[in-house]
Amino acid sequence: MKTAIEIENLAHNYGLVKALKPLNMSIESGTLFGFIGPDGAGKTTLFRILTSLLLPTQGKAKVLGLDVVNDFRKLRPLLGYMPGRFSLYQDLTVEENLNFFAKLFKTSIEENYHLIKDIYDQIAPFKNRLAGKLSGGMKQKLALSCALIHKPDLLFLDEPTTGVDVVSRAEFWEMLRKLKNHGITIVVSTPYMDEAALCDKVALIQKGKILQTDSPQNIMENFSKPLFSVKSINRNSLSKDIETFGKTDSFYWFGDSIHWIGSDDKDADLLRIYLQQKKHEDLEIEKINASIEDCFMDLMKGNHE
Amino acid sequence: MRTIIFLLQKEFIQIFRNKMMLPIIIVIPIVQLLILSYTATFEIKNVSLAFVDQDKTQTSKELKSRFEHSPFFNIYAEADHISQLEKSMLQQKVEMILVIPPDFEKQLTLSKKADLQLIVDAVNGSAANLMAGYANQIVLGFNTDIITNLTGINIKETGIQVAPRYWYNPELDYKTYMVPGILVLLVSLIGAFLSGMNIVREKEIGTIEQLNVTPIKKYQFIAGKLFPFWLIAMFDLCFGLVIAKIVFAIPILGSVWLILGVAAIYLILVLGLGLFISTITDTQQQAMFLAWFFFVIFIMLSGLFTPVEAMPEWTQMLNILNPIAYFIDFMRMVMLKGSDFTAVTSQILHITVYALLTMGLAIWRYRKRA
Repeated sequence: MKTAIEIENLAHNYGLVKALKPLNMSIESGTLFGFIGPDGAGKTTLFRILTSLLLPTQGKAKVLGLDVVNDFRKLRPLLGYMPGRFSLYQDLTVEENLNFFAKLFKTSIEENYHLIKDIYDQIAPFKNRLAGKLSGGMKQKLALSCALIHKPDLLFLDEPTTGVDVVSRAEFWEMLRKLKNHGITIVVSTPYMDEAALCDKVALIQKGKILQTDSPQNIMENFSKPLFSVKSINRNSLSKDIETFGKTDSFYWFGDSIHWIGSDDKDADLLRIYLQQKKHEDLEIEKINASIEDCFMDLMKGNHE
Repeated sequence: MRTIIFLLQKEFIQIFRNKMMLPIIIVIPIVQLLILSYTATFEIKNVSLAFVDQDKTQTSKELKSRFEHSPFFNIYAEADHISQLEKSMLQQKVEMILVIPPDFEKQLTLSKKADLQLIVDAVNGSAANLMAGYANQIVLGFNTDIITNLTGINIKETGIQVAPRYWYNPELDYKTYMVPGILVLLVSLIGAFLSGMNIVREKEIGTIEQLNVTPIKKYQFIAGKLFPFWLIAMFDLCFGLVIAKIVFAIPILGSVWLILGVAAIYLILVLGLGLFISTITDTQQQAMFLAWFFFVIFIMLSGLFTPVEAMPEWTQMLNILNPIAYFIDFMRMVMLKGSDFTAVTSQILHITVYALLTMGLAIWRYRKRA
């Protein structure tokens, strides 16, 4: 498989702040690749370097075989970039925005219409509306259309689903799947860990450092720690009591249960006895398989310490 | 070239979709010309004057009547002692007090010599000078008449007589002097503020990122951004010239083509300044303040409102760096004196070199990436 992105010892500092620590990785062509990480992890900095908007403090990056610093002129027409913040002209209409970006890339809406058809059809009824007057989901679809209108080989989407409702998020990922089938490599960043499962490959990024890069399946399968789901009627004191239990490695709320990690499977029995002593009734403790979020929570905890 | 046209298309759609834009382009020039042209008069009328007449004779009465009949003075009050007027002075109701001491007439007839006291509110120094000057003129006239009466010699017709002829502005109408300057102010503000703010706005709302990832080249972006404002400023200059001619009957003696040609170069300078400001600021607020910082200094130094000759030498020297001063000079010379190209070569040269430097610096500073 061909390599779409090749990163060598890449780092970036804003003054004294190390936004991105030296990083080595590569991303294959034709994948849907996700950078998962909390706010301030360095995702946007990395994207801005890879889209040639920001000069790295050190290291090299090649995108589609072109150096992001030296060959940026050749590179830019091949890239599509959708920044995290809505960055289209609010005082131009939907159609004017799309037209403008198509023309800047020396193409037309008609020429690549097949690529954006699924997305644009949904906003076409509002094509004479000012972009600033669109709803959040509509804005995002317009932004994606504008980023795609010149048929880029590689698409960077910086937190495309942040602030979008659950239904629109699902729709959006469905659209990305379809785009991938058009042969476009897609690199997407998101703070939502559950979206990791929708990518072919993910990198977990925190505090400017990549913690792990692999397919979601591999990450989940390689999780070897004893993980249990703990439920009790008395929710209020549950987390407090688990915290005071000596064998607790880590725990966190996960929906209406607590995910608990001990040092080995037998610790779960000790936990049950301990919690029963603390008068927890209807206690449910069961071993579970790690979800991608469990893996990330664990990795991030490791990075904190 | 096609890319520039697309950019221009987009800019013009945005400019005319902005509801404040047409008023800015049309109303501001009119209002500025109509109001500012009257703000900087170098003459003072209706000075509020009070008398303290401690003499109360025929002579003092005569002197007072001279003041009463002057168009420059309004008599506010008469008092017996200065202390009675101090409060009015503090309240700015009285600007000048003329004190005629006791025995004024007696001294004048006996020793042919008398004193008067003039008290002037000198918070505004140049206004105080003017007021005192007017008063002195009246006293001088009074003096001459007294000498004539006493000696029988008509000294009005002896000695050296100076007869000034005021060229280029025979009626000494300050509006004639102001309007060309106001026109310069107008195109400078439009050029620097609108262009600078427009580019910073793209930064502020993030659209510049989206533009920067397109293959659009630096020169295309700059041309597409600046040309609309060049055009608007040129339009406003023509518009302003028409108002000047029709409303103020300001003569345009020199060549209009020369004015427009040099204005075209001058605007490159101003737009370069706007672009430069936009490269070193991130928000419209910062750009606004920085632009004001430059323009307040340029305008005050330029001699638009006060004569440059009245400034200390070191501020006069600063005007070597002041682009507005050159263009105001140029406009006044060409409009009012009918100076031709050869007479204003120095100004044109300065403006051109300046335009190249500013624009060059701004383009060099403008980066498509951080």
